[in-house]
This record gives sequence, C-alpha cells and structure tokens, in this order.
Amino acid sequence: MSTPIVVHNPLGYPPKVAGKALAPRLDTLNGRTIYIVDCRFDDSDILLKSVQAWFTEHLPEVKTVYKPISSVYTKDDPATWQEIKEKGDAAVIGVGH
Amino acid sequence: MSIDLKYGVPTVCLHTSMFTTVTKSVVRMNGAPHMRQVYLPHPVMGKTPEEIRAFVFGISPVSGKAVMQEVVEGLTRALDDEDRKGLTFARTTPRLCESATEEQLQQQFHDNNWTDKLPVVLPTLERVAAMLKHTSRKADEVVGHHAATHFREVWQCTVEQVAVNAVMAGARPEYFPVILAIASTGASARGSSTSSMAGMVVVNGPVRKEINMNAGIGAMGPYNQANATIGRAFGLLSQNLQGGSVPGDTFMGSMGNALAYASPTFAENEERSPFEPLHVQRGFKAEQSVVSVFIGMRHMAFTLGLRHAHWKDHVRNLLRGMDPNESPTLLLDPIAARLFIDVGGLKTKKDLINWVAENGRMPAGEYWDYQLIQNYQYPRATFGEEPLASKLRAAPDEMIPMWTPEQVNVVVVGGETNGYWRIAGARLAATACVDDWR
Repeated sequence: MSTPIVVHNPLGYPPKVAGKALAPRLDTLNGRTIYIVDCRFDDSDILLKSVQAWFTEHLPEVKTVYKPISSVYTKDDPATWQEIKEKGDAAVIGVGH
Repeated sequence: MSIDLKYGVPTVCLHTSMFTTVTKSVVRMNGAPHMRQVYLPHPVMGKTPEEIRAFVFGISPVSGKAVMQEVVEGLTRALDDEDRKGLTFARTTPRLCESATEEQLQQQFHDNNWTDKLPVVLPTLERVAAMLKHTSRKADEVVGHHAATHFREVWQCTVEQVAVNAVMAGARPEYFPVILAIASTGASARGSSTSSMAGMVVVNGPVRKEINMNAGIGAMGPYNQANATIGRAFGLLSQNLQGGSVPGDTFMGSMGNALAYASPTFAENEERSPFEPLHVQRGFKAEQSVVSVFIGMRHMAFTLGLRHAHWKDHVRNLLRGMDPNESPTLLLDPIAARLFIDVGGLKTKKDLINWVAENGRMPAGEYWDYQLIQNYQYPRATFGEEPLASKLRAAPDEMIPMWTPEQVNVVVVGGETNGYWRIAGARLAATACVDDWR
C-alpha cells in the first residue's frame, strides 16, 4: 500500500458558539405594546406597515409602534433596542429583499 | 437577534423565503437555533403595497402556515428547554488532511468548497514550509479576522493558514508578504452580499519590482504570475478563512461576478504616472510597499481619451452611469492621466478628484430614488448625518453631488498602447504595509 499524500487544511479557526436563551414569551398580546421594527432595506417599510395593518385589523387590542432603525441595518442600534426594552413588550423585526 | 437575545424582548424576525438557509445558519452560529423566524414569499422589493400586504396576510411558503399566525405564536408560545439552553458547541480545524492520490485530494478540496472550482496547487508540507520562509512572522501568529458579512460569525487565521491558501493559488513564496498584508486587513473578496461583489488590490512601492508585478501592458489581465496568483490568493483566503463562500448559505450574490475569479490585483504604474501614487496619497512614504484593498467591485464604465470639445460632458456621462451608492475609482492608463492634465487642466490628483466630486451630479429626486441609496444612504440622512442630510433637503430637480471627494480614488495603470481609461465602482476598504509582513 502506498504512502498517503499529506497536505494542509486551508480553513481558518471558527469561533466557539455559546448558547443563548430566548427572551421569555408573553402569555397574551392583549393590551401589550409591540414594536414593529423596520430594518430599512429593500422596501421593508411597506412590509412592516403591512404587518402593523394586520394587527390593527385583527388584534386591535394590541398597541403597535412602527419604528425604523436609526441608521442602516449594518450598524448596531442600541438606543432603539433600549427604547423597545423600556417601552415595549415584544418586537417584530423585518427586512425586505 | 439583539433585541431578543441581549435585551430580553420577545421578538420574531421576518425574512423572505430565499433567505431560509442563511438565516437559520446565522441564528445557529449565534447560539440560538430556535430563534423565532417567519418566512414570506420572495421577493418583496419592487412589489406593490397591495402585493406585499397579500404576502403578510397570506401563507408562508416555508411553513405552509398563515404568516401572522406564526408571528403571534412566535411571540406567545412558551419556551421549552432547548429555547432556554440555546446551542453551545466548538469546532476544530484539523491542521492536515490526507488521501491516497493527488486526484482524490483535488476532488476533496473541490467537494469541500475549498477552491474556486478550478484545480489548485496542493498545499503539501514542503510547499507551505517554503512559503513560510518568506516572512519573519511565526507560523502560529494570528494575522487577522474575516467574516462573509457583518452579521456572520468572525473567524480567525494564522500565518500558516494564509500560507496554505497562497500555495493553493499558485503564488511563489516571495509573494507571501504581500498576501499576508492583504489578509491582515480583514477585507473579504468573497463578501456574501446579494449584489455579487468582487475585490481588487492595488500594490504600490518597491515590492512591485521585487516580485516582478505588472503595471504596464495587460496589468489587469491574465499576463503576470504575481498579479494573477496574489489576486487568486486573496479570493481563496477570503472564503477559507471566513467560514466559507457557499451559494445559498455563506454567499448570496444573485448573479455572481466573474471578477471574483481574479480579484483584479495589479501594481500602480508609478513610474509613468503624472500623479502622486495611491499609497503616498494615503499617508505612506514612497519607499514603503503597500497594498490598497478595494471591495464592492461590480461595474465599470470606459472610454478612450479626452476630447477637447466635449470631454467634460463625456466624463459626466460616465459618472451618471455609475450606481451612486458605490464609490468611483478611476483606472487611468498613463496616457489618459496626462490627458486630464493637458486637456482637462487638472494638474494634480487632488484636482481631478475634486472635479469628479463636483461634476458627478444628478437630480436629487433621482438620487434618492435609487434602491441602494434608499437602503444605505437615506437612513443616515434622515438622522442628520452630513452631507447626506443637506442633500435630502434639496429640491427634487436640484443637481446634487453623488459622492464626496473622500469617496473618489484614482489609480494609474496600463502600458500606454492607447489612452483608454475606466471607472470602476469599487471602494477602498483598507490599506496595509507589506513591509510589516516581510
């Protein structure tokens, strides 16, 4: 049997992945405030306003806040996330494409 | 993900169905594979409000359930143990691999998506060792970090891992410091953008001559070993050191981009250029060797020479043909560069850059209606970032500048067989000194 040919693996080092818990869910949406977060990409404004319209028409007891992010989707937006944490109960975030 | 995982607000993410694989991969790599995600029909962009409303009020093509039913359930369905634990795991990268024959190894590299689908030079222990002799850096030293996009996981690479990819590209060992400098920038020639970007590298300084790079006839084509293999190495190291470039997962470029085979890499023709070299313009000394790494390269405009009567109109026409979201990089044959001085009266590179920034204009209404301007510039303008905010205040028919001078670059390359020149849509992502990696 011939000697195997040994070569280097070309891949880099991936990061370790640490498990993260999802935020606790709500028992009900009645009377709660849901932020409808627009990532401002490829007509996402139309998409998220349609989501808001669905809540208005089907679950009027839910308060919705349409909230565009503060800049482009490639930038973190801690001020917006903090506002949602302080003033909202849940979020729906969407991108166009 | 931040709203849910970091700020503790229950969240549902909406995507279109084309992004099912990639979004599931992203949440898994962030330790939350059960992140609540709902998928709509694809595409949304360009659809009427009525059509998009029908998507939202309709059925998900992925789950077969009503979209908004899934949204409501995603916000209210109680967490189970797996939701609370998330997913923790570590991966290793074996340093070596083996097989009985070269053909089998070539197939293995191909099947693992480690190549650009062309045969590679197998990175044997001897070849990689020879590459490593051309840097003073240790083999296990960290060179940099790469990711396919800003929201993908960030991988780390060592000098040896860069050397492996350099060998695969067919690079000669003496090119290695240039390739290390490129890798150190963290810029990717395999960005995952749906727009199918390619990279480009301009090399300045003495290293150009030391490794016989071409700045003259055919510099941007397949006619020089250093130009060709350094560019190919940029592509291979990008995909292999960032965690892959696999269509539908870690690469979402809809059309692909033939420029990505080469990641056009060439030397600036400093000797024949009437202008300050790119690296000196960027603050380096002329005697330093430097790589300037561009990304976002997709489109080019071109013409021949500058005509006395209408050159300004011709150049403005070329500029109007560019997508205004991407920076213009002028690639000038030395003949064309001198024409900008002799015919255009633009005596320095700075004069030329300022002229482009001043004359690259379009009506404000048209500018703000470009899809990529809507995606990337309009949000910044609405939050007061200048000069975008001032542009946003312009009347729809007011001619506004498409770029600032800082976004415009000029590179002189070519062998003076004629005065052709091009404008590439490509932005300068980073510069790095090659001498630091010798």
